[in-house]
Amino acid sequence: MSIFDPIVRKARRRSAWLYHFNAGSCNGCDIEMVACLTPRFDVEQLGIKLEASPRHADVLVVSGPVTRTTVASLQTVYAQMPDPKVVVALGSCPASGNVFAGSPTVVGPVDRIIPVDVFVPGCPPSPDAIIDGVAEAIAFLAGDVERRPLAEAAAVPGNAVTGGVE
Amino acid sequence: MSASAALFRLLVFPGALFAVPMSWLMVWLHRKVNARLQGRVGPPFYQPYYDFVKLLAKQPVSRPTLQRVVMYGLPLLAVASTLGALALLPVIPGSSGFTGDLVLLVALLEFAPLCSVLAGYASRSLYGQIGSTREAVLGVVYSLPFMIALFALSSAAGTLSVAGVATVPSWMVKAPALAALALCLPAKLRLNPFSVPNAEQEIYAGSLTEFDGPSLALWELAHDLEWVALVGLWVAIALPLPGAPVIVQAVVFVLVLLAIVPALSLVASGTARLKLSQAARVFWQWGLGISTITLVIAAVWQ
Repeated sequence: MSIFDPIVRKARRRSAWLYHFNAGSCNGCDIEMVACLTPRFDVEQLGIKLEASPRHADVLVVSGPVTRTTVASLQTVYAQMPDPKVVVALGSCPASGNVFAGSPTVVGPVDRIIPVDVFVPGCPPSPDAIIDGVAEAIAFLAGDVERRPLAEAAAVPGNAVTGGVE
Repeated sequence: MSASAALFRLLVFPGALFAVPMSWLMVWLHRKVNARLQGRVGPPFYQPYYDFVKLLAKQPVSRPTLQRVVMYGLPLLAVASTLGALALLPVIPGSSGFTGDLVLLVALLEFAPLCSVLAGYASRSLYGQIGSTREAVLGVVYSLPFMIALFALSSAAGTLSVAGVATVPSWMVKAPALAALALCLPAKLRLNPFSVPNAEQEIYAGSLTEFDGPSLALWELAHDLEWVALVGLWVAIALPLPGAPVIVQAVVFVLVLLAIVPALSLVASGTARLKLSQAARVFWQWGLGISTITLVIAAVWQ
């Protein structure tokens, strides 16, 4: 705790930059995500911006069931993001695999690979739900709410990362 | 110019203490006008400040020492050179620079884009390298009309000082020179239709792709300060008020700076991005054409 702490937390609350990662999504969630930037929803008034590089981002938004070809990239992108960072799983696919569950090419759900803070349900979720999910993630980011320990799954031996891929 | 006056100009007006809030105000206004033109609400008033503080407070991914030196040194140099360029703007009467400060001003203004090009190559990211290549090519292309226009002004004024150039009496020379400089403004500020080096739909963040946390904050600051420095240079040449009191000069300077921003936003939101070759053609044909005509008029005027 320093004297700058309240200033920094306020800035984090007002300036969340998103990086969107498509882990084998059907593009439905991605379209709904882009809809958040349009005049009807306009997330820029909350300081939210879609960034092109994971190095610039605070919030990682993952859509798709996490296929075998995207696992390594997902881990790289997560590692490239500077702390503090939060992860939002967009739609039903990253949460459960959705209609792709059980497929030999799918290694998700996403919380077996990287820690997830917020799940936004829906196939696809509405832009309102996405904004609500990101707002919830921002509360974790600013430290207003304690981050829930969803990270253990990634450390379990024999999961998608350590053994399940091949 | 005495040391204390130079320090005042570098750190207070038109330097850091004035320029940093002013640049945030201009960037906010640009984003707001852009949003309103697209039918959106746009970012809140303090947005550039919040972005800067948030980026400063991030914990960057750890890197080897040499990489860290390069990744912090380059944006620091860019911020410092842009502040130096700001300090040379002739907006305070009396302490009106020195002979040859126009050369220094142009060099300092070109230094920040040079750092950005080096940063892209140094980051060794593919996107950073493509962004740097584009920025370097575009830099060569827009610098020529920019410098020829300033050279025409200085030859008409018969001096190489910024204050002398700003008080060229003849609008025959000044008007086309200002047109050529205005054409270069969107390219120097990386705005549409010349946003080739930072085309985020094509090459992610261009030369800044690999920068994170505080080093990215410094880059944002350098780019924001360029708004004040470049638009400020244009305003100082377009509207010199040599006889007026300091306060009037400062207020007029700020108001005209803010009036130029919506015009730039209008151009940016009303156009699509050109390809690098198309952007180059615009500057070779129109930029170079206008600035060469200016040079001829200036020579005839002599």
